[in-house]
Amino acid sequence: MSAPKLLSANFGSEVSHRLDHYLERGGYDEARRVIAEVEPEQVIDQVKRAKLRGCGGAGFPTGMKWSFIPKGGDKPVYLAVNADEGEPGTFKDKYILTYEPHMLLEGMLICGKAVGCHKAYIYVRGEFDLPIERMEQAVAEAYERGYLGADVMGTGFPFDVVVHRGGGAYICGEETALLESLEGKPGHPRLKPPFPALVGLHGCPTVINNVETLALVPHITRLGADAFLKLGVESQGGTKLYCVSGHVNRPGIFELSPSVTLRALIDDYAGGMRDGAKLKAVIPGGLSAPVLRPDELDTEGSFEGLKQVNSMLGSAGLIVMDESVCMVEAMHTIIQFYAHESCGQCTPCREGTGWMRRIVERILAGHGRAEDTANLDSIARKITGTTICPLGDAAAWPVMGFVEKFRDEFEYFCKNGRSMVSGEKVGA
Amino acid sequence: MAAGDNTTTGETLSAALAAKEVEVTCFPEELREECDALRARYETPRAALMPLLWAFQRRYGYVSREMERVIAEELEIPLIWVRETVTFYTMYNQRPVGSHHVQVCGNLSCTLCGARETIRMIEEELGIAVGETTADGRFTLSVVQCLAACEEAPMMQVNDRYYGRLDRQRVREIFGGLE
Repeated sequence: MSAPKLLSANFGSEVSHRLDHYLERGGYDEARRVIAEVEPEQVIDQVKRAKLRGCGGAGFPTGMKWSFIPKGGDKPVYLAVNADEGEPGTFKDKYILTYEPHMLLEGMLICGKAVGCHKAYIYVRGEFDLPIERMEQAVAEAYERGYLGADVMGTGFPFDVVVHRGGGAYICGEETALLESLEGKPGHPRLKPPFPALVGLHGCPTVINNVETLALVPHITRLGADAFLKLGVESQGGTKLYCVSGHVNRPGIFELSPSVTLRALIDDYAGGMRDGAKLKAVIPGGLSAPVLRPDELDTEGSFEGLKQVNSMLGSAGLIVMDESVCMVEAMHTIIQFYAHESCGQCTPCREGTGWMRRIVERILAGHGRAEDTANLDSIARKITGTTICPLGDAAAWPVMGFVEKFRDEFEYFCKNGRSMVSGEKVGA
Repeated sequence: MAAGDNTTTGETLSAALAAKEVEVTCFPEELREECDALRARYETPRAALMPLLWAFQRRYGYVSREMERVIAEELEIPLIWVRETVTFYTMYNQRPVGSHHVQVCGNLSCTLCGARETIRMIEEELGIAVGETTADGRFTLSVVQCLAACEEAPMMQVNDRYYGRLDRQRVREIFGGLE
């Protein structure tokens, strides 16, 4: 199970964010070699064979995404790096931006070569002051020393990078909302098609990749596709960053093979349950992933593994809950978030999230009605698949999961006007 | 609980916050260089809007309606484009906030680790409720959504810094160390 630390070896370092430190570790060697010697199709083919999957949440094959960019068009191609890490329970990209900004830049350069892109934007969530500072410093250093700019490392390949600060909107982590935001507009997701690979930023072909995804790219070209694939599982190459938070002894970030089971992640890496408490539930892939019960944790922590238990790996943010948690209360925290972050563009999401929030608040106040549990499930189901972007689904899935797996707690609260767990009504 | 409520609407400004209001009637020369650099960096004037709003907020602490007009004129874009962006993104303050903007995470991982009690404790320490600013204008308290620091729950952000593993003693130390 011990995987090499491709990304996380220097997390916590005082110096790893500096260019010289990165160069001492062989940094930018891969970008130089790939830009000078490797054909774009070969790079894309290697990334495909390495089975790199998008680490932002969807798990889409990165090589395939790159291959959608038209070749030889007359419009510029853009790369938008999604560093808007906002999925609750997720905090991995923050570490890469803070401790390995040059690794990200190197991955971006290789992507640039692969898709014929010469300008990239890094969209960082607005609250990330230190990560933004580190990223801006890395970009400035790279320009100064010729690793970015009109002639990258003497190869004649031009590549510009702009660090763009977001404004505190969860929705901008959705790729087309992110593009709108990069154009200075409110983050309202776009209808697809057309897909960003053809009509993206400023109407031009655009690749949108997550930070972790791109930071893995130099390791693929260095190790080779086969060796990279072997670090992972059959359907997903390389290592994966897992974020574990909640009721565990050692919350934190762990870089592991996706063959790791969720149970091992919690017990062996995150130090097991806090205060020896009994495990009740795990949200495995960021807040929107359907919740799992303790008997479902022997599943493999890969994109395919989580599908087997009708949930998703998503952004690999595990939120661990012990038996003291009232699931109706937890549901309130969750639905409140989505109601707040819905951009308001689509009626089912805008109205549905608020409606579900009001129902949960009514239950918590001790005024739940017999039909409330069924209504929560029914409203959630009517949101899925009916909105422009996946925020609607992201709000509906946790509700459906909670109601399905902890239905008795919801029904008890509605019937008795108090929590099955704490025995109290909570008010809202 | 909504983030930014206290920075957008609400009651009349307290005297301390009103004193932080700034009159900006034409484009400030000190931001000219930065603005020109932004316009060169971005494909369209509108795309330079968000970074320019950040430049104003860094300089003045907020973005007033007057500043919105000044920015629209400078970028030669319709005022409504500026308005809709300022009001969409919760991080742009539409009115002055306390010198130290205390933003406590209220999302799930932090709540599991006691965020609700932490928020009540901070309200006690500051003597204000969520959404309010202390009478001296030093502290504004907000509850915000996940700040991607769940490994240090419960956590808060004060201006540009993250602070985790909060308890009463630590909160007192943090607040005591601020100007």
